[in-house]
Amino acid sequence: MTTRAKQSQIHVIDERCKGCSFCVEFCPQHILYQTNETNAKGYQVVRVSEPDKCTGCGMCSRVCPEFAIYVETPDGKQ
Amino acid sequence: MSSTGQISGEFFLSGDEACAEGALAAGCRFFAGYPITPATEIAEHMSDRLPEVGGTYIQMEDELASMAAVLGASWGGLKAMTATSGPGFSLMMENIGLGLMLETPCVVVNMQRAGPSTGLPTMTGQGDMMQARWGSHGPYSIIALSPASPQELFDLTIKAFNLSEKYRLPVLVMSEESIGHMYEKVTIPTREKINITPRRKPNVPPQEYLPYVPDDDLVPPMAIAGEGYRFHVTGLTHDERGYPIMTAEAQDKLVRRLVDKIEKNRNAIIEVEEDGIKGADVVVCSYGISARVATVAIQRARALGIRVGMFRLITVWPFPVERVREIAKNIKAFVVPEINYGQMALEVERAAAGRAKTILIPHMGGAVHDPETILDAIKQAVK
Amino acid sequence: MKTTAIARIGAHPLDEYLRTDRLPHIWCPGCGLGMILGTVLRAIDKSRLDIDRTTIVSGIGCTGRAAGYVKLDSFHVTHGRALPFATGLKLANPNLKVVVFSGDGDLAAIGGNHLIHAARRNIDMTVICVNNFIYGMTGGQLGPTTPEMGRTTTSRKGNTEKPFNIPYLVGAAGATYVARWTTAHVRQMERTFIEALQKKGFSLVEVISPCPTYYGRMNEQATGLDQMRYYRYNSVVKHFANLADVDISLDGQIIVGKFIDIDRPYLPAPKGENGK
Repeated sequence: MTTRAKQSQIHVIDERCKGCSFCVEFCPQHILYQTNETNAKGYQVVRVSEPDKCTGCGMCSRVCPEFAIYVETPDGKQ
Repeated sequence: MSSTGQISGEFFLSGDEACAEGALAAGCRFFAGYPITPATEIAEHMSDRLPEVGGTYIQMEDELASMAAVLGASWGGLKAMTATSGPGFSLMMENIGLGLMLETPCVVVNMQRAGPSTGLPTMTGQGDMMQARWGSHGPYSIIALSPASPQELFDLTIKAFNLSEKYRLPVLVMSEESIGHMYEKVTIPTREKINITPRRKPNVPPQEYLPYVPDDDLVPPMAIAGEGYRFHVTGLTHDERGYPIMTAEAQDKLVRRLVDKIEKNRNAIIEVEEDGIKGADVVVCSYGISARVATVAIQRARALGIRVGMFRLITVWPFPVERVREIAKNIKAFVVPEINYGQMALEVERAAAGRAKTILIPHMGGAVHDPETILDAIKQAVK
Repeated sequence: MKTTAIARIGAHPLDEYLRTDRLPHIWCPGCGLGMILGTVLRAIDKSRLDIDRTTIVSGIGCTGRAAGYVKLDSFHVTHGRALPFATGLKLANPNLKVVVFSGDGDLAAIGGNHLIHAARRNIDMTVICVNNFIYGMTGGQLGPTTPEMGRTTTSRKGNTEKPFNIPYLVGAAGATYVARWTTAHVRQMERTFIEALQKKGFSLVEVISPCPTYYGRMNEQATGLDQMRYYRYNSVVKHFANLADVDISLDGQIIVGKFIDIDRPYLPAPKGENGK
């Protein structure tokens, strides 16, 4: 049973995303997906399909070339 | 700035050595250069003397690297300098331009030799004067001084450093082989007697500091790396924050300031030596070694009763247009001896604006003028 | 169901090191530069370096724009001259941590002479050489590292020149720390950057980075993702590999890892420590 508090929270800064989908590719849990929602520049931004599966590994924020996604984990931001 | 290793007194020095000592006296603590006749002795002297005053000498792989290293050292907080001759000077142009754009205080000495190209490496010339003004690309303004003796090489190298700090740009010392390799007495004052312009530091705390907000004289205070100002500077056209701004407006604002900070302060920058201008019929206008040779012709002419004056350029850039224009009203002609085929003579002619003739006495390089050729021109001019 | 919090700009863990007022940056979607820059900043953060004494010098090109995005003392200098500028900066103030962040063209073509001499002198600095195989900023031209038969906007029928093998080149010149990763090796890259930042002397890390706009598009890897996948499945980790064997061909393996980690006197020599 995982309590919400211990859960990692993925944050997307929509305006920075350029829809390259590196994060989608490299998320070990495969819980990121590209939506049809677009930011002001028309890039399709990313969302989390199953947030509970996020382990807080921070792979998404590491492969993101736009500083557009990061993870808030119980022990700080990745 | 440690003063250990600083010397003072009377010395018998070559121009090259005097130039190096002038730099040390001015507080220069970094030299990056590349061997090139006839400036190599400056590097040799610096490689011995800089460690004695706690400075750094590095011989780089070429003149491009030398100029870049000088800029880096200046942003690292040191007064920095390089010295070269024509071929190296040509290689340094792009990074001199970067120095102008980043507004980086430093000194570039050009011990001119006869060009073009490899030319006469060990023999004198003055053919880089226009390159000194316009050698880099784009519109800009620059300061260049022209010493006429080892003593003046000492004094003007100090002045070059002071001007480079005051106006935040590379300042050129345009000398020649004949002076660089000439040995004469050089008096080096004690440290206290030498006026040194310190770097203009920011007057606001780091969080409020922007690298290019100018003071009233159009010159911005300068932060250096490693002091927490966390500034960005770029060769791209930039605004007061140092951010690249790719617009004509930003270009207009920046370039006007870069030029105006020199041109609007020209009277404070320009230095000339005048002798017998009042009542003269003809005035010899020259600089560097050619000015010294001209004094012989002037003495001979005066002995013949000719009223001839001497107008020696100590700052060649910015050029003293107003003063030359004023003199032109009262004389028949300027006689301009220089060791090229007409460079500063073009400026004299432009400034005279037809009020007096401009008679170029060219010399293609490899030697100094024969005073008689200058004397003949003076005689012709007063006919 | 609210699944992803839409973050305020400034909330990203690296924002304290970034000029967020200049984001989003200039680099194309799928370009690896932002990720490499982020990894450098993470490595700086993790190394607990004194930020006020950490400086970044960049040359000209896509990679050259990196200096403009970091909230450090940063210098965007002329093409090819980041290394000599950084040399002067470091020699003037040995307390500075100097990082040169530039591209393959800037470092190995126009700046090639400075690259081998800075390595020879073992100047104490860390160089991140982002290798995307072409000149990106000017529109995808052939570069000193373009693989043979690689198509570019100035070698449309395929490059016929032998490219540099960067690790081999700087290793032979005397660099005391040389490594290579691709942008698909983010964690290894971060560890290597931390090591390189600690290393005394000339450390260089080559990072193979996608350029979907030019190199990828012209060589059957049209998106950044295609190139990232290529890196992921065609890289072989061979620490201390024989440098002569780590050249990169158009469709071949990419050998990555740490290749050199030796010690010898460096410049500026610390006062008295290594006796120079």
